Amino acid sequence: MLAFLLTLGALLGVVIVLAYAERKVAAFMQDRVGPTEAGPQGSLQAVADVLKLLQKEDIVPAAADKSLFKLAPILIFAAVFAGFAVVPFAPNLIPAGIGIGVFYLLAIVSLDVVGLLMAGWGSNNKYAMLGAMRSVAQIVSYEIPAGLAILSVVMITQSLDFQEISYQQGALMNQFPGLEYEMNWLFGIEALGINTTTIGGITTWNIFRAPILLVSFVIYFIASLAESNRAPFDIPEAESELVAGFHVEYSGFRFAVLFLAEYSMMVLVCLVAVVLFLGSWNTPLPNIGPVALAYWTSGTVGEVSGILWGIFWLVSKTFILLFLQLQLRWTYPRLRVDQLMHLCWKVLTPVALAVVLIAGIWRLLMV
Amino acid sequence: MERTAIKKHTGFWYVVKSLLSGLSLTWKHFKNARNRRTPEYVTDENYFKQADGQVTLKYPYEAIPVPDNGRYRLHNEIDDCIVCDLCAKICPVNCITIESVKATEDIGMTSDGTKKRLYAPVFDIDMAKCCYCGLCTTVCPTDCLTMTPVYDFPEVDIKNMVYHFTDLTPEQAEEKKQLFAKQQEEMAAAKAAVLAARKKA
Repeated sequence: MLAFLLTLGALLGVVIVLAYAERKVAAFMQDRVGPTEAGPQGSLQAVADVLKLLQKEDIVPAAADKSLFKLAPILIFAAVFAGFAVVPFAPNLIPAGIGIGVFYLLAIVSLDVVGLLMAGWGSNNKYAMLGAMRSVAQIVSYEIPAGLAILSVVMITQSLDFQEISYQQGALMNQFPGLEYEMNWLFGIEALGINTTTIGGITTWNIFRAPILLVSFVIYFIASLAESNRAPFDIPEAESELVAGFHVEYSGFRFAVLFLAEYSMMVLVCLVAVVLFLGSWNTPLPNIGPVALAYWTSGTVGEVSGILWGIFWLVSKTFILLFLQLQLRWTYPRLRVDQLMHLCWKVLTPVALAVVLIAGIWRLLMV
Repeated sequence: MERTAIKKHTGFWYVVKSLLSGLSLTWKHFKNARNRRTPEYVTDENYFKQADGQVTLKYPYEAIPVPDNGRYRLHNEIDDCIVCDLCAKICPVNCITIESVKATEDIGMTSDGTKKRLYAPVFDIDMAKCCYCGLCTTVCPTDCLTMTPVYDFPEVDIKNMVYHFTDLTPEQAEEKKQLFAKQQEEMAAAKAAVLAARKKA
């Protein structure tokens, strides 16, 4: 219960920051100033927006399927929020440390689709329906390359446990029960004979342990943009053609929940990308001989220092990815539906399949 | 002119390059957002040297100066006005309302030496209707009606957009009207007396 509340609180905080950052980053990239009035530099704008939404009337259209309409936002948010349960925030700090976290995450986040369809169908609105159908088609399609990219990580790390995957990507690896005698080699090739187990830092991140995962990281990142309905894959929510897609009929608190779910999804996919590919909560600084940067910036496992350093590195890496998501939104135009499907089925899926194959072979080099 | 074929670029690396160039463009703008345009007049030497950075001005707090001879809100210098009604006649949107009362005594001259003969109990300009064409200022014979560089004068109540330029209070206006009516009566009486005297003779 405590984990639930803490995660929810942290998530709300991050989403508020992200909503403000979105507006400021968008403004700066377009040579505008963004919010300036509410609080210093407009920093309370997102809070003001939330307060405004909470005060608004909860309108349920007369022709809507009321039970579906009312339930959908809660289901969408619940599906996304449940995904946070298995994300490790620091060594020894994970809301629910289950052994099949990766599998659970893929499954629970897919529930999102059901909620979207409920919202779109329940609204009894053409635009909402079209948006929901596009959204579902897109999310279901992009789960395949995303799933394959994650699969290649699972093959390299030989684990479905996010915490174990995290430990493998740093100098603290041997402190995880079951990994006491594991070794990391530069680029994962034992034949090179360069042992990076105690060097840690960036050299043991998954994209360095097996450089082929860099490709799978790019595939995952593209697919995750599509899964969180972010530009340039925002055709389900295309403001200019569908008004706002599946949430066009929502107002007040329910809209706030949908908004929250959308931004939580962005945070979640970035967190997962960091955990799987970019070293999780591990420091990027390696130990260089006597200069033990990795140990100095990792703290002690199980103590407050370890938790703080872990959260710091995880959150900073996540925010870099989130910034990239924002920048992509203000850089690239929206794809057409056919281009979207072309990219998914004819480009990303075959490449991801090839990466899975290569990752399997790479794993043979690592042992 | 012969058309040359446009070479169509394709291929993985070309696409990657174009994606990256897009990102670098937005990144450049993001980076330059540290600078912000200063509110300077067009004659300032910095005006054309601020190509980068945020262009938005926080308007109510800062604004680009307008020219000294900007032609925005109308102003009537009622002391110079001879209440000739030309401005009201030429106004294409009928935003000027004038009523006049003839003066019974000498009421002085305008600053350019024209003799004033009329009072204006009503001289209203409805700025909400005004289209800023400036025709009224060109026909004004004493140059008392001018356009000022004031452009920011919104009102909550639209009635406040009607500007009253008269220098008479309603009581004063009523007094002038009665004076004029009295004078007319006296003149009519005098005229009648003269006519009656002529008939007798």
